[in-house]
Amino acid sequence: MPSLAGLFFWMNIKLENIKKLDVTKPLKLECGKTIKDFPIAYETYGKLNDNKDNAILVFHALTGDQFVTGTNPITNKEGWWVTAVGAGRAIDTNKYFVICANVIGGCMGSFGPKDINPVTKKPYGLDFPVITIKDMVKAQESLLEHLGIKKLLCATGGSMGGMQLLQFCATFPDKAFSAVPIACSSSHSAQNIALNELARQAIMADPVWDNGKYVLKNSQPKNGLAVARMVGHISYLSEKGMQEKFGRKLQEKADYEFSFNADFQVESYLRHQGYAFVERFDANSILYITRAMDYFDLSKQFKGGLVEAFKNQKTKFLIISFSSDWLYTTKDNKDIVIALNASGADVSYSEIVTDKGHDSFLLDEPEFLKTLKGFIDSMYEKFKNEKRI
Amino acid sequence: MKKEFKVIADLLTNNTRVLDIGCGDGSLMHLLRIEKNIEVRGLELNQDNVKKCIYKGLPVIQGNAETELHQFPDKSFDYVVLSQTLQAFYEPEKVLKNLLRIGKSVIISIPNFGYWKVRIKLLLFGEMPVTKTLPNTWYNTPNLHMCTIKDLFNFCDEKNIIIKKVVGVNENKTSLIRKNNLEIKNLFSKVGIFLVS
Repeated sequence: MPSLAGLFFWMNIKLENIKKLDVTKPLKLECGKTIKDFPIAYETYGKLNDNKDNAILVFHALTGDQFVTGTNPITNKEGWWVTAVGAGRAIDTNKYFVICANVIGGCMGSFGPKDINPVTKKPYGLDFPVITIKDMVKAQESLLEHLGIKKLLCATGGSMGGMQLLQFCATFPDKAFSAVPIACSSSHSAQNIALNELARQAIMADPVWDNGKYVLKNSQPKNGLAVARMVGHISYLSEKGMQEKFGRKLQEKADYEFSFNADFQVESYLRHQGYAFVERFDANSILYITRAMDYFDLSKQFKGGLVEAFKNQKTKFLIISFSSDWLYTTKDNKDIVIALNASGADVSYSEIVTDKGHDSFLLDEPEFLKTLKGFIDSMYEKFKNEKRI
Repeated sequence: MKKEFKVIADLLTNNTRVLDIGCGDGSLMHLLRIEKNIEVRGLELNQDNVKKCIYKGLPVIQGNAETELHQFPDKSFDYVVLSQTLQAFYEPEKVLKNLLRIGKSVIISIPNFGYWKVRIKLLLFGEMPVTKTLPNTWYNTPNLHMCTIKDLFNFCDEKNIIIKKVVGVNENKTSLIRKNNLEIKNLFSKVGIFLVS
């Protein structure tokens, strides 16, 4: 296995070869600072048709990136949403033009804390401005402009991707003909914030983190970051799902070892997930992105609450939740539906019954994928007709 | 039942907003959208039916009318339609009150327990009636509060609910029901459709 420093060097070389848009237009961030001339890394799949009415924007979740499907050229692993996006899949790339951008604050080529600060000529680290979901969404809007897309057929995303989508619809009410927010929430609950804080504290407690300055030494607080990832993975599974998957099964051994090695399969799983993650993600990015999620509160932005956020909404919504998701519950999702109903918006809602927890939106969950496909295909027919008239 | 939907469609004004409670696979919503340019919304409990509506591009919310009507604001629809499910609720009175809150007008259709074949089955054979409109047996029927057209008529009177129109349906025949022909229509209608507010 190559050393971590070597791995990052090699990753950075690869990152130079991915699609990037240099956003020259200044972007005033919610924290008060302004950024300009910053990169947005993105990927597209399928072809934009002549009428430009088949574009679908996908917003990625906390640890996702722009490589939705196919093989991620940086990690050489499968894209994070191969179950839903691809030729012949629910979001069919033979038919639709799929766009996904890496969020700002991220680490897959978009402007983030490991970028070089032009003033100090060193990576930003914690000098990177605190960004919000709204900032992420505004930055991505520049990409649509660049691609010449006036109105999206659909925008979708799960988890933090869903939050970005809600923000996108509230900020740009006529940019998407339809929208499918999946397993998300209009604001982070105390429990959501607590779990994110646990992840951040794990990173910060790692001495290698060194107030975010590890980037100067080309290292990574991998122990802390791995624990942060383990916290996440627990929250993505349901109790029942975890019990069925692992139970009390032992990891390749007949009996207890009477040690602190990974005796149980669930321990081994968490360790594997945690340490695989440090090879592809930046610890400071986790701090910044989880912060953005915690600050997200759509009703706070609009005086008068969530109903006000969706006022005059022309976008047709389909909200999807999963019955065993305890991170962003059915109730969280239904609250969005209630607000959309109260604002008179065109909204559909479906709760998919599954034991797979929050992770369901990334998995091959047939009922979910069929519903997603049915909605997008029917919206395409409508959008085409509307454009013709 | 196609005829029932046709009668309901005829009761509705074009270009209005309609909420269909228990919208099933969206057949009525589809009809209303195509023929009357009505802006439709549906509420449906069954996952398969929800999927069918979504496939047709019809907006539908998966949920239970017994417990989830609070999500719709007061007078947010011109009409609320409840087709043959009032009798299946635990608390039909509460549901009806909610429908009248949400809609400026409400259309309720009921399978008529006063239909002569139903009466004969109980009166002469001493068995719970099983008919085309009431296909289930006593132990598996979802219907908890069966009523007749006359019962619902009297109920509306008692609760000061304004009856605007009542239509009786028997196969392909429809007829207007008024106070003066209530007894006879209650005997010969399989389904009663009420427009109230």
